[in-house]
Amino acid sequence: MDFFGFFKGKKDSSKNAAKERLQLVLIHDRANVSPEFLEMLKGEILEVLSRYVEINHEEFDIRLTRAKSEDGSREVPALVANIPISKMKRPEDFSADRQRECI
Amino acid sequence: MGEVIVITSGKGGVGKTTTSANVGTALSLIGKKVVLIDTDIGLRNLDVVLGLENRIVYDVVDVVEKKCRPNQAMIKDKRFDGLYLIPAAQTRDKNAVTPEQMRELCDSLKNEFDYVIIDCPAGIEQGFKNAISGASKALVVTTPEVSAVRDADRIIGLLEANEIRDIKLIVNRLRVDMVKKGDMMNVDDILDILAVGLIGVVPDDEDIITSTNRGEPAVTNEKSKAGAAYRNIAKRITGEDVPIMDLSGDNAFVAAIKKIFGVKQ
Repeated sequence: MDFFGFFKGKKDSSKNAAKERLQLVLIHDRANVSPEFLEMLKGEILEVLSRYVEINHEEFDIRLTRAKSEDGSREVPALVANIPISKMKRPEDFSADRQRECI
Repeated sequence: MGEVIVITSGKGGVGKTTTSANVGTALSLIGKKVVLIDTDIGLRNLDVVLGLENRIVYDVVDVVEKKCRPNQAMIKDKRFDGLYLIPAAQTRDKNAVTPEQMRELCDSLKNEFDYVIIDCPAGIEQGFKNAISGASKALVVTTPEVSAVRDADRIIGLLEANEIRDIKLIVNRLRVDMVKKGDMMNVDDILDILAVGLIGVVPDDEDIITSTNRGEPAVTNEKSKAGAAYRNIAKRITGEDVPIMDLSGDNAFVAAIKKIFGVKQ
């Protein structure tokens, strides 16, 4: 244990704030992803998923974050989506939707 | 055959010109033949940092426009054997030079010099494109601030996109007292974020200001900590393995005690 660090209250230090803010801003800089792009992605994912499940649109959230690469050697951008399902559609429901689309 | 190294940062005011002057001078002090090229056209400064401002006749734009030969534009530093400067033009703009012209100039100079060091302007526009076009290596200068680190990240991406793979980082103006208090990112924090190799850490040092006032690079001052850091960077450029300076400010005894108690530096 870092005996001296314990008294310094390192968690609140401004350098940690700097590092965390930088890491977040660089995810977006590096991925070169615009908010419009994310909205488009969100719209299309919703469209596909809605055919099979009912989704709570208000709480649907998709964001860019970072994750460790599979071999754990570096950080890579990752898309993380939180999709609350309010109801599963039954097979006959989505086959009915299909038929309606065909007509 | 010499090497062409661009010194760049993205953000202005982090010490590109000071680094160019000191690294160039330090390389000449260890016997290398060095030419510095100031590519900050319209905002020429490397001449005044080096104390060579009164000796300019031709500049880099005159060279690429073939108004003079490269040797005519080169100012030989009389204090340091083997150090030369090609100054920027002051009355033109970045568009007066093209990347092709810069590449041609660098290619011809590296036959004659051990190191061609290019002082890049701030920004990512034409001046940056010109400065990096002839380079095979890059030193990215940053300071431990969010804005400088963010811009360094962008610059590293652009260098890689331009096929410059040999990129090393200089962390400049580190305030040891603030790092100790946890009020400034330390070198490891910055390396975590940027994922690039480190070639040197330069402490914040008043000697940089006083030496620049006089036009004498800090590397000539034996007492200057920043000067020592730049001399080490020059050695690392030549391939010598020099450990990164301990900037904790502790003497060996205190450092040993701290090690026993497991205090992180």
